[in-house]
Amino acid sequence: MLIKKELLERIIEGIFLLLGLVTVACVLLIMVFLVLSGIPAIREIGLADFLLGQNWAPTSATPSYGILPFILTSVYGTAGAILLGVPLGFFTAVYLSKIAHLRVRSFMEPTVSLLAGIPSVVYGLVGMMVLIPWIRDFFGVPDGASLLAAIIVLTVMILPSIIKVSMTALEAVPPEYETASLALGATPIETYFRVSVPAAKSGIAAAIVLGVGRAIGEAMAVVMVSGNVANMPELFQSVRFLTTAVSSEMSYAAEGLQRDALFSIALVLFFFIMLINALLNYFLKQAKEG
Amino acid sequence: MVKIKTKRLLYELCARLLMLLSVGVTGILALFLLVYILTEGLPQLSWQLLSTQPSYLQGTIGILPDIINTLYVVFCTLLLVLPIGVGAAVYLTEYATNAKLVGLIEYAAEALSGIPSIIYGFVGMMIFCELAGIKTSILAGSLTLVIMNLPTIMRTTQESLKTVPQSYREGAFGLGAGKWRVIRTVVLPSCVDGIITGCILAVGRIVGETAALLYTAGFAHVIYHSANQALTSPGATLTVSLYVYAKEEGAFDVAFAIAAILLIFTFIINLAAMGVGAYFKKARS
Repeated sequence: MLIKKELLERIIEGIFLLLGLVTVACVLLIMVFLVLSGIPAIREIGLADFLLGQNWAPTSATPSYGILPFILTSVYGTAGAILLGVPLGFFTAVYLSKIAHLRVRSFMEPTVSLLAGIPSVVYGLVGMMVLIPWIRDFFGVPDGASLLAAIIVLTVMILPSIIKVSMTALEAVPPEYETASLALGATPIETYFRVSVPAAKSGIAAAIVLGVGRAIGEAMAVVMVSGNVANMPELFQSVRFLTTAVSSEMSYAAEGLQRDALFSIALVLFFFIMLINALLNYFLKQAKEG
Repeated sequence: MVKIKTKRLLYELCARLLMLLSVGVTGILALFLLVYILTEGLPQLSWQLLSTQPSYLQGTIGILPDIINTLYVVFCTLLLVLPIGVGAAVYLTEYATNAKLVGLIEYAAEALSGIPSIIYGFVGMMIFCELAGIKTSILAGSLTLVIMNLPTIMRTTQESLKTVPQSYREGAFGLGAGKWRVIRTVVLPSCVDGIITGCILAVGRIVGETAALLYTAGFAHVIYHSANQALTSPGATLTVSLYVYAKEEGAFDVAFAIAAILLIFTFIINLAAMGVGAYFKKARS
């Protein structure tokens, strides 16, 4: 009887262990799969030609598989969104967490959460209907579907996460720091920007890196507003991102090098994401310790 | 002395101005988005849109199949992800003794939550639809979303397991209960709030997901007559059909109607998450 019970406990523990290992297995599966399927095309094309080639024309008579346009578009698009979104989100977060009247705060906080939860296709739709015509008319360009439209949509999309994570970091600053600074004669504003912000800098850095990750990984909203043509990035050009490069030819790519090259693009995107994740973990760890 | 004072005043003024400007821009942006989506979308909602399937004969569009598909995907995904996620969390907090293993599992969960949905869609399509031979179907889409939502369920359950007082467990052990019995009768019932919060968050993510479903669950707008048939056939969820109607078919009225539905749904999900949090906090204290 006792042995039977012992055995049962052992079996149950084993089952829970297996469930715990599912996550690890999934990550390994995704990684191994991306690497195995991504390497062949890179080998055939050549790493330098693949990463630095400026021309993506898999279906032309002399096919060429250069993904530099996608890489640069993703980098520029993300950089643009960060450049616009970080100051906007940062100042909003400081205001909401330190200065805002309770009424303002209790309106803005749920609103920001709501924005964070809106599906990306909805952002894409609004971008298509509002932003693209506006860019076309305002800047007098033939087509509003461009890198600029994508940057603006990405900015709006990363704003909620930047605000929320920064606010959490700012609120975790010990109040003694602030009271000490105030007692020494600093004004409240000086205190918030010269004491609270530096104390929360790891958390704010994590917010920025999280924004980078979201921007570089976003696909649906971007494909709806960027025009999706494999050009080298220019502000008013129709462009294609790494994320959308994977998906837009997936449905019709023929077996062979074109399809394999798409796998390789996914691998490059995954590599970028892993790099960003490592950075995020670093900042989060620092924020926890600091 | 006077010079420093004006410098400080200027700093103060600039900081205040920048903050007000940022909050203003953020607030106006948010209000514009919400009002715009609702004013464009709500007038397009009609009973006919909500209760029929698209008909080429009559030239009408209905989103009933998309609503049903969304429900299938949500239900299927939760059914699979809940036992795995909760089980993993129980293992981490109740059983695991090896710190390295715990670190590995937690690191894997973090890595999973950082992977963008388009990669999930791509890998899901290759593994579930092609290698495993499930084809483009609601089941393949759900399986993809299971991996995606695993970290969410795991994290919320884990956090609430950590708040279960150690004395509960010790009391149960003291009465002679075995480990499994303690988990089943003491630990799991006291972490229901974490599981429910995790479910709400996961439902929000599943309903809002597009990129991972586009090539795994496909984009058919058909009502299937049995659950079995529905699972093995392709079907578009609401977000996927929004994308298809807006991008491929130019039916912007339908797209806005779906956008309004999704917005209201997101609002309800947020309210529910807040409500559950507040309810259990009160119940605890």
